[in-house]
Amino acid sequence: MNHLLSIEELDRSGIERIIGQAQRFAEVSEREIKKVPALRGRMVLNLFYEASTRTRSSFELAAKRLSADVVNFAASGSSVEKGESLKDTVLTLSAHKPDAIVLRTPWAGASELVSRWCSAAIVNAGDGKHEHPTQALLDVYTLQRRLGGIDGSSIWIVGDVAHSRVARSNVLAFQRMGARVTLAGPPTLIPRGIEELGCEVRYDLDELHTADVVYALRMQNERMRETWVPSLREYAAWYQVNGRRLNPAQVLMHPGPVNRGVELSGEVVDSPQAVITAQVEAGVVVRMAVLYELLAAARPPDAQPASPAREAGRERVGEGQLA
Amino acid sequence: MSRESPLSGGQPGPPAELLLRDVHALDPRAGIDRRLDVVLRAGVVAELAEPGTAAAGDGTEVIDGGGRLRLLPAFFDPHVHLRTPGQEHKEDLDSGTRAAAAGGYCGVIAMPNTDPVLDSAPLLRSLRDAAARDARIPVGFVAAVTRGLEGEQLTEMAELRQEGALGFSDDGKPVESAGVLRKALQYQRLCGGVLALHEEDRSLSREGVMHEGAISAALGLDGIPTVAESTMVARDAELAGYEGARVHFQHLSCAASAEAVAAAKARGWRVSAEVSPHHLLLNDEAARGMDTSMKMHPPLTSEGDRTALVQALRDGTIDCVATDHAPHAREEKEVPFEQAPMGTTGLETAFAALYSGLVLPGVLELPLLVERMSAGATLFELEVPTIAPGRPADLVLVDLEEQWTAGEHGWQSRSENCCFAGRRLQGRVQLTLAAGQLVHRDRALALAGA
Repeated sequence: MNHLLSIEELDRSGIERIIGQAQRFAEVSEREIKKVPALRGRMVLNLFYEASTRTRSSFELAAKRLSADVVNFAASGSSVEKGESLKDTVLTLSAHKPDAIVLRTPWAGASELVSRWCSAAIVNAGDGKHEHPTQALLDVYTLQRRLGGIDGSSIWIVGDVAHSRVARSNVLAFQRMGARVTLAGPPTLIPRGIEELGCEVRYDLDELHTADVVYALRMQNERMRETWVPSLREYAAWYQVNGRRLNPAQVLMHPGPVNRGVELSGEVVDSPQAVITAQVEAGVVVRMAVLYELLAAARPPDAQPASPAREAGRERVGEGQLA
Repeated sequence: MSRESPLSGGQPGPPAELLLRDVHALDPRAGIDRRLDVVLRAGVVAELAEPGTAAAGDGTEVIDGGGRLRLLPAFFDPHVHLRTPGQEHKEDLDSGTRAAAAGGYCGVIAMPNTDPVLDSAPLLRSLRDAAARDARIPVGFVAAVTRGLEGEQLTEMAELRQEGALGFSDDGKPVESAGVLRKALQYQRLCGGVLALHEEDRSLSREGVMHEGAISAALGLDGIPTVAESTMVARDAELAGYEGARVHFQHLSCAASAEAVAAAKARGWRVSAEVSPHHLLLNDEAARGMDTSMKMHPPLTSEGDRTALVQALRDGTIDCVATDHAPHAREEKEVPFEQAPMGTTGLETAFAALYSGLVLPGVLELPLLVERMSAGATLFELEVPTIAPGRPADLVLVDLEEQWTAGEHGWQSRSENCCFAGRRLQGRVQLTLAAGQLVHRDRALALAGA
C-alpha cells in the first residue's frame, strides 16, 4: 500500500491488516511510555484545507507516538489565501521531503490528485463529500472490539448522507467486513442512486429496532439555510436517535462532534451503549497503524512479517515486540 | 472577406489550384458516392471527372487519393468558444481556427461569452475585423441575448444583426426569465437571427458538477439532474411555438430533452437542435476517475441518455453535431474536479471520434454522419458545404483507415483539455479546404506532383 486514498481501494484483508496492527498499537498505548520509535526520523505533514481539530490532533498524536516529526500546515493564514493553487502548495511543501502527507480538503478526489504530484505517501483525511477512510477504519476497529466482528450484522447510518464523506467510506468498509448497511434520512439528504453502492435506503426510522448498530451522522446547521429540511425541530422529531427509538442492545456510534438534541438526544449520548469516546480513542491507534503501514511496514503485503535488520525503526516495533 | 458575407476570416492566401486524383467523393446532399477526379481552379470546384481522366494544368498540385481517400463536404460547427476577446490564454482566433481546420471544418460559429461579453455592435465590428486578419477559416459570431449575459436587458439585437451577428445566445448560462426570452423572441420578428439556447434551470442544477446518478452519489459530487435541461427545453419550445419564433437548442444531453424537441417539431414549431461528440460517445462512467477533462456543461449523462441522443441524431430530431469546443488552460483544469471549469475541446477529434465510435461499430452510417457534421450551417441560414461544380471549395479529404492517438503530437488548439485525449481513433483528416483555400494539410500527406 503506497497511499490511503479511499476505502474503495481496500479489500477485506487490507482492512483486517490495518485493524490488526492497530490492535497491537493499542497495547502500546496501555503502557506508561506510549511512544515507540517506529517512525523516528520520518516526517508527517498535516495539510488541512478545512478547519479540523479532532482529526488533525488525532493524526498528530498518532505520528508522535510513532516518534515521527510532525508539521502542521493549515490553509488559512497561509500562501493558499494569497491564491496559491493546491498543486503549487503541494510542490512547495514537498521540497521539505515529507514521508507522508495527511490531507484534508473540501474537494472530492484531491488526495488522489496530490498523490500524482509528489512522492510522499498520501493519507486522505477527508476529501469533500467523497471519503474519509481513516474514520471508517476506526469505526470498524471500534465495532470489532465491541462486537467481536460485524459479519452478518445490520448497521443503520442515519441522517445527512448527502453531505457526509463518513457515510460513503463507512458504507464501503462495513459492507466489505460483511455487514448489511441501511441508509436512513430525509429524502432531500439521500442522494439519488446511492443504493447502487449495495445498501438499502429508508426515509423513516420505523424499523430502526432491527439494527445491531446505529450510526448517527452530524446534522449541520447550514443545511437549514439551504432548505434541505424545513427545520431542525422537524428533523429532530423524525430522525433523532433517542431513548424511545434506540433499544438497549444496540450499539450507538457518531463521528463527532455531536449536536445534542438534534441528531442524538442527550440521554443516548451518555448511555453505555454509545461508543463515541471509544471511537475517538480508536482514532489514534488506527491512524498509527495507517502511518506505520505506509511508512514502515513491508511494501509487498505478503512479505515476511518484520525483518528487523532492514530498518532501525521497524526493528523496535517488529511483531515480536508488539504481539 | 467582404462585409456582405456574415462570416469573417479565412486567411488571405492564394486560392487553391489542386487536382484531387481518384478520390472517393461522398456528399449525401448532392447524391455523390463514387470515385472521381476533382479539379479546383482559383479555389472553386471546376470539374468533377471520371477517375484518372482530368488533366493537371500548370501550377496545379496533384494529390492522389488512390481510390481510397474520401472527399467529403467540409464540416461546419455552429458552437465553439474561441475565447477572444479576453481569454486568449485559453484560445484565440488563430489557434482556434487552426484546430478547426485540422479537424476538417470550413466554418465555425463563436459564442459570445467572452470578456467582455460580445453584446454590442462596436465590439462585434472589431471582432470581425480581428477575425478577418487572424482566423484561418471563416468564423461567424452570435451575440449575447442579454447585456453582459445577465439575463435582464436585451442587447441591441437589430444593430448587432446589421453588424453581422448570425444570431443570439447567452451560452454558458440560460436565459432564466421566460419573460425576457419571450421579448427576445418577439424582437426576432424585427431583426431575424436564430436564438440559440443553453438550457438549464439553475434552481435544479445548483452547484452540480456532474450528472446526477449512482456515480455522483458514490463520489459525493453534487449532481445535475437531467430535468434541469429538459424542463427548460420544453418551456422554451412552447414559447417559440407561441411566438412563432425560431430557436435552436444547444448541446442536448439527455433523452427527455430530445423527446421535448421531437414533440415541438411534431407540432410544427421552428426548433432545431445540436449534440456534441462527447454526449454521443461518453457517459457519466467516464467521470468516475474525476478527470477534469470529463467535466463539461451539460455533463456526461447516463448510458440510456447517450443512446437516446444517438437515436435522435439518426432520426433527425437532432439536426447536427456541434463540438461546444471549450478550451481551458492547463492550470485551470489541473485542480480538483469540483474546482475545475466546465468544458472539453473537440474540434480536432470530432470526426475521428464519431467515425470510430459510431460508424465503425455500425451504429450510424457514414453518409448520415457526414450530413450531420455540416448541417449546422443551414440552421444559421448559411450555405451548406457541398461538392458541386461552381461552388467554392469547402472540402475535406480523410483517410478512413489511418489510426492515430488523439493528442499524441500535441494540439493545434492552445489548450489540451480534450476528453478524447489518449484514445486510439481511426479516420484522419488529410486536407481541409475552406472558402477555396487550403487551410490544413496533414504532415504525412504524400504529394504526387507539383
